[in-house]
Amino acid sequence: MTSRAERLGTYGVLSLFAVIAVFPLLAVAAQAFGLPHLSFGAFTEAWRRGHFARYLTNSLIVVTVVVIVASVLSILAGYALGTMEFRGATTLFYVFLAGLMVPTEAIVIPLYFDLRSVGLDNTLPGLMLPQIAQSVSFGVFWMRAYFRSAPRSLIEASRIDGASSWTTLRRVLVPVGRPAILTMVVLIAMWTWNEFLLALVIINSSEDLRTAPLGLSIFQGQHQTEYQLLMAGALIVATPVVLVYVFLQRHFIAGMLSGAIKE
Amino acid sequence: MSPPGEPRRIGYLYVLPAFVVYALFLLWPLLHGAYLSLFHWDGLTVGTWAGLGNYAEAIGDPQLRGSFWHAAVLLIFYAVLPCCIAFVLVSIMSRSRPRGMTFFRTVLFLPQVVAMVAVAVAWQWIYSDHGPINGSLRFAGLGGLTRGWLGDFTWALPSVGLIGTWVEIGLAMVLFLAGVQKIPRELYEAARVDGAGAVREFFAVTLPGLRRELAIALTLTTVAALRNFDLIYLTTSGGPGDATKVPAYEVYNRTFNTGEVGLACAIGITIAIIVFAITAVINRVVEGRP
Repeated sequence: MTSRAERLGTYGVLSLFAVIAVFPLLAVAAQAFGLPHLSFGAFTEAWRRGHFARYLTNSLIVVTVVVIVASVLSILAGYALGTMEFRGATTLFYVFLAGLMVPTEAIVIPLYFDLRSVGLDNTLPGLMLPQIAQSVSFGVFWMRAYFRSAPRSLIEASRIDGASSWTTLRRVLVPVGRPAILTMVVLIAMWTWNEFLLALVIINSSEDLRTAPLGLSIFQGQHQTEYQLLMAGALIVATPVVLVYVFLQRHFIAGMLSGAIKE
Repeated sequence: MSPPGEPRRIGYLYVLPAFVVYALFLLWPLLHGAYLSLFHWDGLTVGTWAGLGNYAEAIGDPQLRGSFWHAAVLLIFYAVLPCCIAFVLVSIMSRSRPRGMTFFRTVLFLPQVVAMVAVAVAWQWIYSDHGPINGSLRFAGLGGLTRGWLGDFTWALPSVGLIGTWVEIGLAMVLFLAGVQKIPRELYEAARVDGAGAVREFFAVTLPGLRRELAIALTLTTVAALRNFDLIYLTTSGGPGDATKVPAYEVYNRTFNTGEVGLACAIGITIAIIVFAITAVINRVVEGRP
Protein backbone atom coordinates (compact mmCIF):
# COMPACT_ATOMS: atom_id res chain seq x y z
CA MET A 1 0.00 0.00 0.00
CA THR A 2 1.25 3.43 -0.74
CA SER A 3 0.61 6.27 1.59
CA ARG A 4 -0.98 9.53 0.55
CA ALA A 5 2.24 11.37 1.25
CA GLU A 6 4.18 9.04 -1.01
CA ARG A 7 1.75 9.54 -3.82
CA LEU A 8 1.83 13.30 -3.45
CA GLY A 9 5.63 13.19 -3.45
CA THR A 10 5.59 11.19 -6.65
CA TYR A 11 3.35 13.69 -8.40
CA GLY A 12 5.48 16.52 -7.05
CA VAL A 13 8.66 15.08 -8.52
CA LEU A 14 7.03 14.23 -11.85
CA SER A 15 5.48 17.69 -12.13
CA LEU A 16 8.73 19.45 -11.30
CA PHE A 17 10.62 17.62 -14.03
CA ALA A 18 7.78 18.03 -16.48
CA VAL A 19 7.99 21.79 -15.90
CA ILE A 20 11.77 21.73 -16.37
CA ALA A 21 11.32 19.81 -19.63
CA VAL A 22 8.79 22.21 -21.15
CA PHE A 23 9.96 25.53 -19.72
CA PRO A 24 12.55 26.36 -22.43
CA LEU A 25 10.10 25.31 -25.13
CA LEU A 26 7.23 27.30 -23.71
CA ALA A 27 9.55 30.29 -23.30
CA VAL A 28 10.36 30.01 -27.01
CA ALA A 29 6.68 29.94 -27.92
CA ALA A 30 5.80 32.79 -25.56
CA GLN A 31 8.44 35.06 -27.05
CA ALA A 32 7.72 34.09 -30.62
CA PHE A 33 4.09 35.10 -30.10
CA GLY A 34 5.20 38.26 -28.29
CA LEU A 35 3.13 37.37 -25.23
CA PRO A 36 1.29 38.85 -23.48
CA HIS A 37 0.42 40.95 -26.55
CA LEU A 38 -0.40 38.14 -28.94
CA SER A 39 1.09 39.00 -32.31
CA PHE A 40 2.24 37.11 -35.35
CA GLY A 41 4.57 39.84 -36.56
CA ALA A 42 7.69 37.90 -35.59
CA PHE A 43 6.48 34.90 -37.57
CA THR A 44 5.79 36.75 -40.78
CA GLU A 45 9.06 38.63 -40.38
CA ALA A 46 11.09 35.45 -39.68
CA TRP A 47 9.24 33.55 -42.39
CA ARG A 48 10.17 36.17 -44.97
CA ARG A 49 13.70 37.07 -43.88
CA GLY A 50 14.67 33.48 -43.07
CA HIS A 51 13.34 32.06 -46.38
CA PHE A 52 11.60 29.35 -44.36
CA ALA A 53 9.04 28.55 -47.06
CA ARG A 54 11.92 27.42 -49.27
CA TYR A 55 13.78 25.57 -46.52
CA LEU A 56 10.72 23.78 -45.16
CA THR A 57 9.92 22.61 -48.68
CA ASN A 58 13.45 21.25 -49.06
CA SER A 59 13.19 19.46 -45.72
CA LEU A 60 9.85 18.00 -46.71
CA ILE A 61 11.27 16.69 -50.00
CA VAL A 62 14.30 15.16 -48.28
CA VAL A 63 12.22 13.56 -45.52
CA THR A 64 9.66 12.13 -47.96
CA VAL A 65 12.24 10.51 -50.20
CA VAL A 66 14.39 9.22 -47.34
CA VAL A 67 11.40 7.76 -45.50
CA ILE A 68 9.94 6.01 -48.53
CA VAL A 69 13.18 4.59 -49.88
CA ALA A 70 14.65 3.62 -46.50
CA SER A 71 11.41 2.00 -45.35
CA VAL A 72 11.01 -0.11 -48.48
CA LEU A 73 14.65 -1.23 -48.39
CA SER A 74 14.43 -1.99 -44.66
CA ILE A 75 11.24 -4.01 -45.00
CA LEU A 76 12.73 -6.09 -47.81
CA ALA A 77 16.02 -6.75 -46.02
CA GLY A 78 14.41 -7.23 -42.60
CA TYR A 79 12.01 -9.75 -44.12
CA ALA A 80 14.81 -11.86 -45.54
CA LEU A 81 16.99 -11.62 -42.43
CA GLY A 82 14.07 -12.36 -40.11
CA THR A 83 12.30 -15.22 -41.87
CA MET A 84 14.72 -16.90 -44.27
CA GLU A 85 17.80 -18.96 -43.76
CA PHE A 86 20.75 -18.39 -46.02
CA ARG A 87 24.49 -18.37 -45.66
CA GLY A 88 25.82 -15.19 -44.09
CA ALA A 89 22.40 -13.96 -42.94
CA THR A 90 23.56 -13.48 -39.35
CA THR A 91 26.78 -11.79 -40.39
CA LEU A 92 24.87 -9.47 -42.70
CA PHE A 93 22.56 -8.57 -39.83
CA TYR A 94 25.48 -7.66 -37.58
CA VAL A 95 27.00 -5.57 -40.34
CA PHE A 96 23.76 -3.56 -40.54
CA LEU A 97 23.55 -3.40 -36.75
CA ALA A 98 27.07 -1.98 -36.47
CA GLY A 99 25.88 1.01 -38.48
CA LEU A 100 23.66 2.02 -35.55
CA MET A 101 26.81 2.76 -33.59
CA VAL A 102 28.74 4.63 -36.28
CA PRO A 103 28.58 8.32 -35.40
CA THR A 104 27.93 10.75 -38.25
CA GLU A 105 31.15 12.48 -37.14
CA ALA A 106 33.15 9.45 -38.29
CA ILE A 107 31.81 9.43 -41.86
CA VAL A 108 30.92 13.02 -42.66
CA ILE A 109 34.38 14.17 -43.81
CA PRO A 110 35.11 11.28 -46.21
CA LEU A 111 31.50 11.58 -47.42
CA TYR A 112 32.09 15.23 -48.24
CA PHE A 113 35.08 14.39 -50.45
CA ASP A 114 33.39 11.32 -51.99
CA LEU A 115 30.21 13.22 -52.86
CA ARG A 116 32.21 16.13 -54.23
CA SER A 117 34.21 13.86 -56.50
CA VAL A 118 31.03 12.49 -58.10
CA GLY A 119 29.29 15.87 -58.22
CA LEU A 120 26.69 15.06 -55.56
CA ASP A 121 27.70 17.77 -53.10
CA ASN A 122 25.20 20.63 -52.92
CA THR A 123 22.45 18.40 -54.30
CA LEU A 124 19.46 16.96 -52.49
CA PRO A 125 20.23 13.36 -53.56
CA GLY A 126 23.69 13.83 -52.05
CA LEU A 127 22.02 14.72 -48.77
CA MET A 128 19.41 11.95 -49.01
CA LEU A 129 21.62 8.97 -49.81
CA PRO A 130 23.75 9.00 -46.63
CA GLN A 131 20.60 9.48 -44.57
CA ILE A 132 18.96 6.54 -46.32
CA ALA A 133 22.03 4.46 -45.45
CA GLN A 134 21.87 5.49 -41.78
CA SER A 135 18.12 4.89 -41.66
CA VAL A 136 18.45 1.47 -43.26
CA SER A 137 20.77 0.46 -40.44
CA PHE A 138 18.03 1.11 -37.89
CA GLY A 139 15.25 -0.05 -40.21
CA VAL A 140 16.77 -3.47 -40.84
CA PHE A 141 17.32 -3.97 -37.11
CA TRP A 142 13.76 -2.92 -36.39
CA MET A 143 11.96 -4.77 -39.20
CA ARG A 144 13.95 -7.97 -38.65
CA ALA A 145 12.80 -7.95 -35.03
CA TYR A 146 9.19 -7.57 -36.21
CA PHE A 147 9.40 -10.34 -38.82
CA ARG A 148 10.98 -12.69 -36.26
CA SER A 149 8.19 -12.01 -33.81
CA ALA A 150 5.43 -12.40 -36.41
CA PRO A 151 3.55 -15.66 -35.85
CA ARG A 152 5.14 -18.49 -37.81
CA SER A 153 1.68 -19.88 -38.48
CA LEU A 154 0.82 -16.84 -40.59
CA ILE A 155 3.84 -17.35 -42.81
CA GLU A 156 3.32 -21.10 -43.04
CA ALA A 157 -0.38 -20.83 -43.82
CA SER A 158 0.38 -18.41 -46.60
CA ARG A 159 3.03 -20.71 -47.98
CA ILE A 160 0.75 -23.74 -47.89
CA ASP A 161 -1.69 -21.69 -49.95
CA GLY A 162 1.06 -21.60 -52.52
CA ALA A 163 1.96 -17.95 -52.06
CA SER A 164 5.44 -16.83 -53.08
CA SER A 165 7.70 -15.14 -50.57
CA TRP A 166 6.81 -11.82 -52.18
CA THR A 167 3.06 -12.39 -51.90
CA THR A 168 3.45 -13.48 -48.27
CA LEU A 169 5.25 -10.25 -47.54
CA ARG A 170 2.85 -7.96 -49.37
CA ARG A 171 -0.47 -9.60 -48.58
CA VAL A 172 0.15 -10.93 -45.08
CA LEU A 173 3.11 -9.52 -43.22
CA VAL A 174 3.11 -5.86 -44.24
CA PRO A 175 -0.58 -5.34 -43.42
CA VAL A 176 -0.18 -7.09 -40.05
CA GLY A 177 3.00 -5.17 -39.33
CA ARG A 178 1.55 -1.69 -39.75
CA PRO A 179 2.29 -0.57 -36.16
CA ALA A 180 5.94 -1.64 -36.41
CA ILE A 181 6.28 0.02 -39.80
CA LEU A 182 4.68 3.21 -38.51
CA THR A 183 7.20 3.38 -35.66
CA MET A 184 10.05 3.04 -38.12
CA VAL A 185 8.55 5.69 -40.41
CA VAL A 186 8.10 8.33 -37.70
CA LEU A 187 11.60 7.78 -36.34
CA ILE A 188 13.29 8.00 -39.71
CA ALA A 189 11.21 11.08 -40.49
CA MET A 190 12.26 12.75 -37.23
CA TRP A 191 15.94 11.92 -37.56
CA THR A 192 15.99 13.13 -41.13
CA TRP A 193 14.07 16.32 -40.39
CA ASN A 194 16.36 17.20 -37.46
CA GLU A 195 19.66 16.25 -39.14
CA PHE A 196 22.11 19.11 -39.02
CA LEU A 197 25.74 18.04 -39.49
CA LEU A 198 25.21 16.29 -42.84
CA ALA A 199 23.21 19.23 -44.18
CA LEU A 200 25.83 21.71 -43.00
CA VAL A 201 28.67 19.87 -44.73
CA ILE A 202 26.96 18.63 -47.88
CA ILE A 203 24.80 21.71 -48.66
CA ASN A 204 27.69 24.11 -48.15
CA SER A 205 27.14 26.63 -50.93
CA SER A 206 23.70 26.21 -52.56
CA GLU A 207 21.55 28.52 -50.47
CA ASP A 208 18.41 27.36 -52.29
CA LEU A 209 18.89 23.77 -51.10
CA ARG A 210 19.22 24.42 -47.38
CA THR A 211 17.08 22.35 -45.05
CA ALA A 212 15.04 23.93 -42.26
CA PRO A 213 17.54 23.31 -39.42
CA LEU A 214 20.44 24.51 -41.56
CA GLY A 215 18.43 27.57 -42.58
CA LEU A 216 17.69 28.32 -38.93
CA SER A 217 21.37 28.13 -37.99
CA ILE A 218 22.25 30.60 -40.76
CA PHE A 219 19.35 32.80 -39.68
CA GLN A 220 20.67 32.63 -36.12
CA GLY A 221 24.08 33.80 -37.32
CA GLN A 222 22.47 36.81 -38.99
CA HIS A 223 20.19 37.83 -36.12
CA GLN A 224 22.30 37.06 -33.06
CA THR A 225 20.28 38.87 -30.41
CA GLU A 226 16.93 39.46 -32.09
CA TYR A 227 15.45 36.81 -29.87
CA GLN A 228 11.85 37.23 -30.90
CA LEU A 229 12.72 36.54 -34.54
CA LEU A 230 14.99 33.63 -33.61
CA MET A 231 12.34 32.09 -31.39
CA ALA A 232 9.78 32.35 -34.19
CA GLY A 233 12.26 30.60 -36.49
CA ALA A 234 12.96 27.90 -33.91
CA LEU A 235 9.25 27.30 -33.50
CA ILE A 236 8.74 27.03 -37.26
CA VAL A 237 11.49 24.39 -37.51
CA ALA A 238 10.58 22.36 -34.40
CA THR A 239 6.79 22.33 -34.62
CA PRO A 240 6.22 19.76 -37.40
CA VAL A 241 8.08 17.03 -35.48
CA VAL A 242 6.56 18.00 -32.14
CA LEU A 243 3.04 17.84 -33.62
CA VAL A 244 3.59 14.34 -34.98
CA TYR A 245 5.17 13.36 -31.67
CA VAL A 246 2.18 14.49 -29.64
CA PHE A 247 -0.08 12.14 -31.58
CA LEU A 248 2.28 9.20 -31.90
CA GLN A 249 4.40 9.49 -28.75
CA ARG A 250 4.18 5.77 -28.03
CA HIS A 251 5.85 4.98 -31.35
CA PHE A 252 8.61 7.53 -30.82
CA ILE A 253 9.46 6.38 -27.31
CA ALA A 254 9.31 2.65 -28.03
CA GLY A 255 11.47 3.00 -31.10
CA MET A 256 14.07 5.36 -29.71
CA LEU A 257 14.60 3.29 -26.60
CA SER A 258 14.94 0.10 -28.63
CA GLY A 259 18.12 1.17 -30.37
CA ALA A 260 20.27 0.17 -27.43
CA ILE A 261 18.62 -3.16 -26.80
CA LYS A 262 20.52 -6.11 -28.12
CA GLU A 263 19.01 -9.53 -28.40
CA MET B 1 19.98 -18.42 -32.65
CA SER B 2 19.47 -18.97 -36.31
CA PRO B 3 16.56 -17.26 -37.98
CA PRO B 4 13.52 -19.45 -38.38
CA GLY B 5 12.42 -20.58 -41.78
CA GLU B 6 13.62 -22.80 -44.53
CA PRO B 7 16.76 -22.17 -46.51
CA ARG B 8 16.01 -19.69 -49.26
CA ARG B 9 18.54 -18.25 -51.63
CA ILE B 10 16.08 -15.58 -52.65
CA GLY B 11 16.97 -13.92 -49.35
CA TYR B 12 20.03 -12.38 -50.97
CA LEU B 13 17.84 -10.61 -53.48
CA TYR B 14 15.74 -9.03 -50.73
CA VAL B 15 18.79 -7.83 -48.83
CA LEU B 16 20.69 -6.56 -51.85
CA PRO B 17 19.15 -3.08 -52.39
CA ALA B 18 19.47 -2.10 -48.73
CA PHE B 19 22.99 -3.44 -48.60
CA VAL B 20 24.14 -1.54 -51.68
CA VAL B 21 23.01 1.84 -50.31
CA TYR B 22 24.34 0.99 -46.86
CA ALA B 23 27.70 -0.15 -48.21
CA LEU B 24 28.15 2.83 -50.53
CA PHE B 25 27.08 5.59 -48.17
CA LEU B 26 27.98 4.31 -44.74
CA LEU B 27 30.49 1.46 -44.87
CA TRP B 28 32.55 2.97 -47.65
CA PRO B 29 32.89 6.43 -46.06
CA LEU B 30 33.84 4.72 -42.80
CA LEU B 31 36.61 2.76 -44.50
CA HIS B 32 37.62 5.76 -46.57
CA GLY B 33 37.83 7.80 -43.37
CA ALA B 34 40.03 5.18 -41.74
CA TYR B 35 42.27 5.29 -44.82
CA LEU B 36 42.43 9.10 -44.93
CA SER B 37 43.31 9.14 -41.24
CA LEU B 38 46.67 7.57 -42.15
CA PHE B 39 47.74 10.60 -44.22
CA HIS B 40 48.74 14.19 -43.68
CA TRP B 41 46.37 15.84 -46.13
CA ASP B 42 45.04 19.39 -46.45
CA GLY B 43 42.19 18.39 -48.76
CA LEU B 44 43.73 20.09 -51.80
CA THR B 45 47.27 18.99 -52.57
CA VAL B 46 48.72 15.47 -52.56
CA GLY B 47 48.78 13.90 -49.11
CA THR B 48 51.79 12.32 -47.47
CA TRP B 49 51.83 9.07 -45.52
CA ALA B 50 51.49 9.59 -41.78
CA GLY B 51 50.95 6.10 -40.46
CA LEU B 52 49.42 6.43 -37.03
CA GLY B 53 50.88 9.91 -36.68
CA ASN B 54 47.46 11.57 -36.73
CA TYR B 55 46.25 9.35 -33.91
CA ALA B 56 49.38 10.18 -31.91
CA GLU B 57 48.64 13.85 -32.50
CA ALA B 58 44.99 13.45 -31.52
CA ILE B 59 46.12 12.14 -28.14
CA GLY B 60 49.35 14.09 -27.79
CA ASP B 61 48.47 17.59 -28.97
CA PRO B 62 47.51 19.59 -25.85
CA GLN B 63 44.58 21.30 -27.58
CA LEU B 64 43.13 18.03 -28.87
CA ARG B 65 43.81 16.24 -25.60
CA GLY B 66 41.91 19.11 -24.03
CA SER B 67 38.96 18.41 -26.33
CA PHE B 68 38.83 14.79 -25.17
CA TRP B 69 38.99 16.03 -21.61
CA HIS B 70 36.02 18.32 -22.31
CA ALA B 71 34.15 15.32 -23.72
CA ALA B 72 34.82 13.49 -20.46
CA VAL B 73 33.40 16.40 -18.49
CA LEU B 74 30.35 16.50 -20.77
CA LEU B 75 29.93 12.76 -20.21
CA ILE B 76 29.21 13.58 -16.57
CA PHE B 77 26.57 16.11 -17.59
CA TYR B 78 25.01 14.05 -20.40
CA ALA B 79 25.14 10.58 -18.89
CA VAL B 80 26.16 10.32 -15.24
CA LEU B 81 24.09 13.19 -13.88
CA PRO B 82 20.81 12.41 -15.72
CA CYS B 83 21.04 8.68 -15.00
CA CYS B 84 21.85 9.18 -11.31
CA ILE B 85 19.20 11.82 -10.69
CA ALA B 86 16.54 9.92 -12.63
CA PHE B 87 17.47 6.65 -10.95
CA VAL B 88 17.21 8.01 -7.44
CA LEU B 89 13.96 9.85 -8.17
CA VAL B 90 12.34 6.85 -9.80
CA SER B 91 13.48 4.61 -6.95
CA ILE B 92 11.79 6.91 -4.49
CA MET B 93 8.64 6.70 -6.58
CA SER B 94 8.91 2.95 -7.10
CA ARG B 95 6.24 2.04 -4.58
CA SER B 96 3.49 4.13 -6.07
CA ARG B 97 1.80 3.55 -9.38
CA PRO B 98 0.76 7.07 -10.32
CA ARG B 99 -1.98 7.79 -12.81
CA GLY B 100 -1.48 10.04 -15.80
CA MET B 101 1.81 8.36 -16.70
CA THR B 102 1.17 8.79 -20.41
CA PHE B 103 1.03 12.54 -19.97
CA PHE B 104 4.19 12.72 -17.86
CA ARG B 105 6.06 10.37 -20.18
CA THR B 106 5.14 12.44 -23.21
CA VAL B 107 6.28 15.69 -21.60
CA LEU B 108 9.48 14.30 -20.06
CA PHE B 109 10.56 12.78 -23.37
CA LEU B 110 9.78 15.91 -25.39
CA PRO B 111 13.34 17.38 -25.42
CA GLN B 112 14.47 14.27 -27.31
CA VAL B 113 12.41 15.08 -30.39
CA VAL B 114 13.04 18.82 -30.71
CA ALA B 115 15.61 19.76 -33.36
CA MET B 116 18.94 20.58 -31.73
CA VAL B 117 19.00 23.89 -33.59
CA ALA B 118 15.81 24.96 -31.84
CA VAL B 119 17.16 23.73 -28.49
CA ALA B 120 20.29 25.79 -29.04
CA VAL B 121 18.29 28.94 -29.83
CA ALA B 122 16.18 28.50 -26.70
CA TRP B 123 19.15 27.96 -24.40
CA GLN B 124 21.19 30.78 -25.87
CA TRP B 125 18.43 33.07 -24.76
CA ILE B 126 18.20 31.40 -21.33
CA TYR B 127 21.93 31.97 -20.79
CA SER B 128 22.01 35.45 -22.34
CA ASP B 129 22.58 38.73 -20.51
CA HIS B 130 18.88 39.39 -20.13
CA GLY B 131 17.79 35.79 -19.97
CA PRO B 132 15.94 34.16 -17.08
CA ILE B 133 19.07 32.90 -15.29
CA ASN B 134 20.72 36.28 -14.98
CA GLY B 135 17.29 37.78 -14.31
CA SER B 136 16.73 35.45 -11.36
CA LEU B 137 20.18 36.21 -9.99
CA ARG B 138 19.51 39.94 -10.13
CA PHE B 139 16.11 39.42 -8.58
CA ALA B 140 17.73 37.48 -5.73
CA GLY B 141 20.14 40.33 -5.16
CA LEU B 142 23.04 38.35 -6.60
CA GLY B 143 23.63 40.70 -9.51
CA GLY B 144 27.38 40.27 -9.04
CA LEU B 145 27.13 36.68 -10.25
CA THR B 146 25.50 37.48 -13.57
CA ARG B 147 27.49 36.86 -16.72
CA GLY B 148 27.13 35.76 -20.32
CA TRP B 149 27.29 32.10 -19.36
CA LEU B 150 28.19 30.68 -22.76
CA GLY B 151 30.94 33.26 -23.26
CA ASP B 152 32.62 32.70 -19.91
CA PHE B 153 35.87 30.72 -19.90
CA THR B 154 35.02 28.90 -16.67
CA TRP B 155 31.29 28.49 -17.08
CA ALA B 156 30.81 27.82 -20.80
CA LEU B 157 31.53 24.08 -20.57
CA PRO B 158 29.26 23.35 -17.60
CA SER B 159 26.60 25.57 -19.18
CA VAL B 160 26.64 23.54 -22.39
CA GLY B 161 26.74 20.40 -20.25
CA LEU B 162 23.56 21.41 -18.45
CA ILE B 163 21.75 21.64 -21.79
CA GLY B 164 22.80 18.02 -22.29
CA THR B 165 21.48 17.14 -18.84
CA TRP B 166 18.18 18.78 -19.74
CA VAL B 167 17.91 16.82 -22.99
CA GLU B 168 18.83 13.44 -21.50
CA ILE B 169 17.21 13.41 -18.07
CA GLY B 170 13.73 12.83 -19.47
CA LEU B 171 14.94 9.87 -21.50
CA ALA B 172 16.43 8.29 -18.37
CA MET B 173 13.29 8.93 -16.34
CA VAL B 174 10.99 7.47 -18.99
CA LEU B 175 13.16 4.34 -19.22
CA PHE B 176 13.34 3.81 -15.47
CA LEU B 177 9.65 4.53 -14.95
CA ALA B 178 8.81 1.87 -17.52
CA GLY B 179 11.22 -0.55 -15.86
CA VAL B 180 10.02 0.03 -12.33
CA GLN B 181 6.43 -0.70 -13.32
CA LYS B 182 7.56 -4.16 -14.35
CA ILE B 183 9.09 -5.04 -10.98
CA PRO B 184 6.53 -7.27 -9.26
CA ARG B 185 4.96 -5.48 -6.31
CA GLU B 186 5.26 -8.68 -4.31
CA LEU B 187 9.01 -8.15 -4.21
CA TYR B 188 8.53 -4.84 -2.45
CA GLU B 189 5.99 -6.31 -0.08
CA ALA B 190 8.28 -9.23 0.70
CA ALA B 191 11.15 -6.83 1.38
CA ARG B 192 8.96 -4.93 3.81
CA VAL B 193 7.82 -8.05 5.56
CA ASP B 194 11.50 -8.86 6.01
CA GLY B 195 11.85 -5.47 7.64
CA ALA B 196 13.95 -3.89 4.88
CA GLY B 197 14.26 -0.12 5.03
CA ALA B 198 14.22 2.16 2.02
CA VAL B 199 17.97 1.75 1.46
CA ARG B 200 17.98 -2.04 1.68
CA GLU B 201 14.93 -2.13 -0.57
CA PHE B 202 16.78 -0.01 -3.11
CA PHE B 203 19.76 -2.37 -3.28
CA ALA B 204 17.80 -5.59 -2.98
CA VAL B 205 14.84 -4.89 -5.27
CA THR B 206 15.00 -1.70 -7.33
CA LEU B 207 18.63 -1.77 -8.46
CA PRO B 208 18.61 -5.39 -9.70
CA GLY B 209 15.20 -4.85 -11.26
CA LEU B 210 16.37 -1.85 -13.28
CA ARG B 211 19.76 -3.17 -14.41
CA ARG B 212 18.75 -3.52 -18.01
CA GLU B 213 17.13 -0.09 -18.18
CA LEU B 214 20.20 1.41 -16.55
CA ALA B 215 22.41 -0.12 -19.22
CA ILE B 216 20.21 1.20 -22.01
CA ALA B 217 20.08 4.68 -20.49
CA LEU B 218 23.84 4.82 -19.97
CA THR B 219 24.50 3.62 -23.51
CA LEU B 220 22.13 6.11 -25.16
CA THR B 221 23.25 9.11 -23.09
CA THR B 222 26.96 8.30 -23.43
CA VAL B 223 26.67 8.06 -27.18
CA ALA B 224 24.75 11.35 -27.20
CA ALA B 225 27.55 12.98 -25.21
CA LEU B 226 30.16 11.95 -27.77
CA ARG B 227 28.05 12.84 -30.82
CA ASN B 228 27.30 16.37 -29.73
CA PHE B 229 28.59 18.35 -32.69
CA ASP B 230 25.25 20.10 -33.22
CA LEU B 231 24.96 21.60 -29.77
CA ILE B 232 28.58 22.79 -29.58
CA TYR B 233 28.62 24.26 -33.08
CA LEU B 234 25.32 26.04 -32.54
CA THR B 235 25.89 27.43 -29.06
CA THR B 236 29.60 28.23 -28.68
CA SER B 237 31.51 27.00 -31.76
CA GLY B 238 34.06 25.62 -29.31
CA GLY B 239 34.63 28.99 -27.66
CA PRO B 240 35.43 31.10 -25.84
CA GLY B 241 38.99 30.25 -26.84
CA ASP B 242 39.12 26.46 -26.70
CA ALA B 243 36.88 26.22 -23.64
CA THR B 244 34.17 24.06 -25.22
CA LYS B 245 36.05 22.36 -28.06
CA VAL B 246 35.12 18.68 -28.18
CA PRO B 247 36.27 15.91 -30.56
CA ALA B 248 32.99 15.97 -32.48
CA TYR B 249 33.54 19.68 -33.17
CA GLU B 250 37.22 19.24 -34.00
CA VAL B 251 36.31 16.83 -36.82
CA TYR B 252 34.58 19.73 -38.56
CA ASN B 253 36.98 22.43 -37.40
CA ARG B 254 40.15 20.62 -38.51
CA THR B 255 38.72 19.91 -41.94
CA PHE B 256 37.14 23.21 -42.86
CA ASN B 257 39.04 25.76 -40.77
CA THR B 258 42.60 24.50 -40.45
CA GLY B 259 42.84 22.10 -43.41
CA GLU B 260 44.02 19.06 -41.44
CA VAL B 261 41.78 16.48 -43.09
CA GLY B 262 43.81 13.42 -42.08
CA LEU B 263 43.80 14.52 -38.47
CA ALA B 264 40.06 15.24 -38.60
CA CYS B 265 39.40 11.73 -39.93
CA ALA B 266 41.57 10.23 -37.20
CA ILE B 267 39.50 12.07 -34.58
CA GLY B 268 36.27 10.84 -36.23
CA ILE B 269 37.48 7.24 -36.21
CA THR B 270 38.60 7.64 -32.60
CA ILE B 271 35.10 8.78 -31.62
CA ALA B 272 33.64 5.73 -33.37
CA ILE B 273 36.06 3.42 -31.53
CA ILE B 274 35.20 5.00 -28.17
CA VAL B 275 31.47 4.63 -28.88
CA PHE B 276 31.94 0.95 -29.76
CA ALA B 277 34.10 0.33 -26.70
CA ILE B 278 31.78 2.06 -24.24
CA THR B 279 28.72 0.27 -25.63
CA ALA B 280 30.51 -3.08 -25.33
CA VAL B 281 31.74 -2.42 -21.80
CA ILE B 282 28.34 -1.26 -20.51
CA ASN B 283 26.61 -4.28 -22.01
CA ARG B 284 29.26 -6.64 -20.63
CA VAL B 285 29.03 -5.19 -17.13
CA VAL B 286 25.26 -5.38 -17.10
CA GLU B 287 24.93 -8.83 -18.55
CA GLY B 288 27.55 -10.36 -16.25
CA ARG B 289 24.95 -10.83 -13.55
CA PRO B 290 26.29 -11.61 -10.07
